[in-house]
Amino acid sequence: MSVALAQGRPAGKTAGPSATSFVAAHRKELGTVGVTVPFFAYTTCFLLVPTIIVVVGAFTGADGGFTLANFARLAEPNTIASFGTSITVSIISAVIGSVVGALASYSLVIGAKPDGLLRRMVSAISSVLAQFGGVMLAFAFIATIGINGVGTMLLQQLFGVTVDPNWLSSLSGLIVIYSYFQIPLMIIVFLPAVDSIRTEWREATESLGGNTFQYWTRVACPILAPRFISAFLLLFANAFSAYATAAALFSQRAILVPLMIQGAMRNEMDPNQQGFAQVLAFAMVVVVAIVMLLSHIIEKRAGRWQ
Amino acid sequence: MAVNPETAHRTVGAANPPQLRAIRLRRQRIFKAIVLTLTLLFLFIPLASMLLFTVRHPLSGQWSLAPWQAIFTGNGESLGADLTVLWEGLGSSLLLCVVTVVIMLVLMVPTMVIVHIRSRRLERAIEWVATLPLTIPAIVLVVGLGPIYRWLSADVFSTDPVWLCFAYVVLVMPFAFRSIAVGLNSIDVKTLVEASRSLGASWPRVFFRVIIPNLWQSILSASFISIAVVLGEYTVASLLGRMNLQVALYQLGQSNSQVSTAMSLLALMFGVILLVALDLISTAMRTSKEGK
Repeated sequence: MSVALAQGRPAGKTAGPSATSFVAAHRKELGTVGVTVPFFAYTTCFLLVPTIIVVVGAFTGADGGFTLANFARLAEPNTIASFGTSITVSIISAVIGSVVGALASYSLVIGAKPDGLLRRMVSAISSVLAQFGGVMLAFAFIATIGINGVGTMLLQQLFGVTVDPNWLSSLSGLIVIYSYFQIPLMIIVFLPAVDSIRTEWREATESLGGNTFQYWTRVACPILAPRFISAFLLLFANAFSAYATAAALFSQRAILVPLMIQGAMRNEMDPNQQGFAQVLAFAMVVVVAIVMLLSHIIEKRAGRWQ
Repeated sequence: MAVNPETAHRTVGAANPPQLRAIRLRRQRIFKAIVLTLTLLFLFIPLASMLLFTVRHPLSGQWSLAPWQAIFTGNGESLGADLTVLWEGLGSSLLLCVVTVVIMLVLMVPTMVIVHIRSRRLERAIEWVATLPLTIPAIVLVVGLGPIYRWLSADVFSTDPVWLCFAYVVLVMPFAFRSIAVGLNSIDVKTLVEASRSLGASWPRVFFRVIIPNLWQSILSASFISIAVVLGEYTVASLLGRMNLQVALYQLGQSNSQVSTAMSLLALMFGVILLVALDLISTAMRTSKEGK
């Protein structure tokens, strides 16, 4: 490539220190901004405006004026209950996902080459399954342990155990289903963190007389803790904003916040529902934003370590 | 690190005997085998059940390949299922994949290249905007997109599902941004551009003949991840009342769960192929970068 010939040139501004260079530099900057206009215009239309619509809608009353009355509906027992359920499901599935995922990532790293077949296979599968939410995931669990599921029938024929057909739409069923995409997500997110642990640290601990317990409590855990917590928060946000899986499982009951939003959107013409979807959506954004901000702060502190 | 200095002094230089280390290694191997087996079992049982579910009729208990035949021949009459909704959904999802990828590339690649060369501050702004959809759940975005789409479909475009592409570009943006950013950071774009400019190449020529060929791997991986996201999208399409693959799968699942489970498995397989290809590409990228 002819480009290679010129690679020895020092990088940097090529413009000389003449009067025209100022104009040229300005034209360059204008050109840069000009190229970015379509990107910012697009994101304004389809990201910023929808967000503004949600926020404005949350503060708009039925008469079109400013109001805080919509927020009163957040205090209704129904809404509080669905926020409670959403947060419970998200926390428990994030705990299961992060603990199991962290153990699995650690198992993938110990005693294996960094580009071993097993490890590459598991991380490729994980990146597929972490995206595997929604209708297809609901089908997978209905096929496993639904009324006519393969697992349900096997359990009945082999052990005579009857699985409650409604278990899938119970809280514990939902948690298990959510764990199905949380564990793979944790594996993808946490593998690089476990990778950063060097075997030399363990050897150093040992040659200084530390035992396994001391190694874990004094060396490995303090290093991994911030990354683990920020991964946990990511998993929480992931479960909290998940809609499609639950929507495919429960057609009627609005036990989670996203399902409540769906109901409010469907009944938008009802004057009593005015602004309710927007208030719920606004509250969701606030929760996710707080979680993401926390995760960002913790990650920054962890960055100081490296 | 935080090892007690007293113990450290006492045993310094006296490493654990090799037998102890061997015991530890064996324990680690057992631990590894148990954890990985349990995790992989949990992940594989539902997939295996899906496969079994499609070949064994749940009520009569008869084994047959009828759902797969129905999908591959396109004729669901033997099962009494009407597959037109499935083909309609699949068609619009595939079209959406193409349109979304094209818009995403046209919007992101030139912008990211130019700010990467010229302005660190703008680059950070674009990173912030492009990863913002991770903080705004799709269900929230739909609430805001509803009025926009009502206006778009009434006054500008039709209610055709292909217009979902505008929302989908936003959804794939964080993933696409990361893929392209990895590529941009792995090559020295600045030197490449300055060198070709000083040799007299025009901007379009630099872009299409120098930058794109050097970025093709990340462009490909950005496209793959976008396709995977678009094929699995349900939230936006169902709440805006448009048809796509997932909406069709859900509707079909109400009448014939075997066919829709079989189709889900196929879609999943396609996703596996895409993401394994992505893994191979990123490995190739790493080795080619190290080989330089």
